Amino acid sequence: MTSESNTTATGSEPTSARLVLTLSLAGLLSGLIIVTIFEVTLPTITAYKAQELRKAVFKVLPGVASMKRLVYRDGELSHSDEELPEQEAVYGGYGADGQLVGYAIPAEGPGFQDTISLLYGLMPDQRKVTGMEILASRETPGLGDKIYKDADFVASFLSLAIDPEIRAVKKGRRSAPNELDAITGATISSKAVVRIINQANDQWLPRLAPSSPRGANDAEN
Amino acid sequence: MPRTKENAYEEFVKGLWRDNPVFVQVLGMCPMLAVTNSAINAIAMGLATFFVLVGSSLLVSSLRRWIPKQIRISCYIIIIATFVTVTDFTLQALVPKVHKELGAFIPLIVANCMILGRQEAFAAKHSVRLAVIDALGMASGFMFALFTLGAVREILGEGALFGVSLFGADFEPWIIMILPPGGFLTLGLLLLFFSWVKERKQQMIARLAEAEGEAQ
Repeated sequence: MTSESNTTATGSEPTSARLVLTLSLAGLLSGLIIVTIFEVTLPTITAYKAQELRKAVFKVLPGVASMKRLVYRDGELSHSDEELPEQEAVYGGYGADGQLVGYAIPAEGPGFQDTISLLYGLMPDQRKVTGMEILASRETPGLGDKIYKDADFVASFLSLAIDPEIRAVKKGRRSAPNELDAITGATISSKAVVRIINQANDQWLPRLAPSSPRGANDAEN
Repeated sequence: MPRTKENAYEEFVKGLWRDNPVFVQVLGMCPMLAVTNSAINAIAMGLATFFVLVGSSLLVSSLRRWIPKQIRISCYIIIIATFVTVTDFTLQALVPKVHKELGAFIPLIVANCMILGRQEAFAAKHSVRLAVIDALGMASGFMFALFTLGAVREILGEGALFGVSLFGADFEPWIIMILPPGGFLTLGLLLLFFSWVKERKQQMIARLAEAEGEAQ
């Protein structure tokens, strides 16, 4: 099948210099190609990510007309579109009248197999979660991936009390506004989602206290 | 002339069936088992591999006179890795949903020994035309194998094909089929089927030869 003998044209031993030169040239060309394709595709990729995030924010915060990226700096929240790695950001959602409705908070933590990263809507003055959207996860297909495929589970975050903390309970045992049914067969993944939200609440609630400048006199549903 | 034509046809077809990279050579098992939990993922992976293999074979074959023998593997890897990175970014930009599903497995195409194997065993020793034909055949064979596995696993594991439900709500999906064990089970059964077909064919040829011998 592959009976042809060696056809590499160079019969004699090539010098080391030539080997180094060939490999460097190959690496250089490869690098050039990769940089070019990276530059060409970057705007599309960034735009898609921004659009996905926007969609998610509008999904977890009902009745929102516009959003603003807020960073927590020196003890207060301020508007900033600049992405700095050491800063933590949330997204403020505003109603048609410009009043603050709530915050969409990105959070992540360990799942069953890999990090789950999600976005959830929070109305601090009403002390409830208003929606949850999984942004990235690698949970077991068919079981753990129900954290975003199971409509009932996702819907249970639509109005969920956060005090004293959210709890995932066995299916059908839900008895309090801060409890939700865990998914049968995906208890670990369900609890991971709940734990991620609880931890993010612990971190963000003091910062987003209802006494914050715009949230105080908000009485929207 | 007719000989080369037949040769080309032969080089193409061998990858599809007789030397199928998955079912006969049992190469490239990592993506094979990892991403075949649905037909659409399998096809996407197949297409990505297709592009990388054909591109690399084309380049390796046309550069074969300039690549010194001593560093050929490094050169092949650089070429393959470049194509993989290009594929990775392109998929991310054009079909982000598919990219999200395949995620970590796209960069791993670099380590697919089927691709490196074709460069070393074929592209480096043949003309550009034959190398491309061989790559087309092998890549199609690989895609065919991925699709077979993905389709079987999705049908049994989710009761659906390409996300379209096949059996209605009464069907209880065999979740194990879309989990890793399902990949091994399906692959094992398919390999069994392929060697059974091969054995039967050999028996038939032997019987034919015998009959011919008697006739003479």
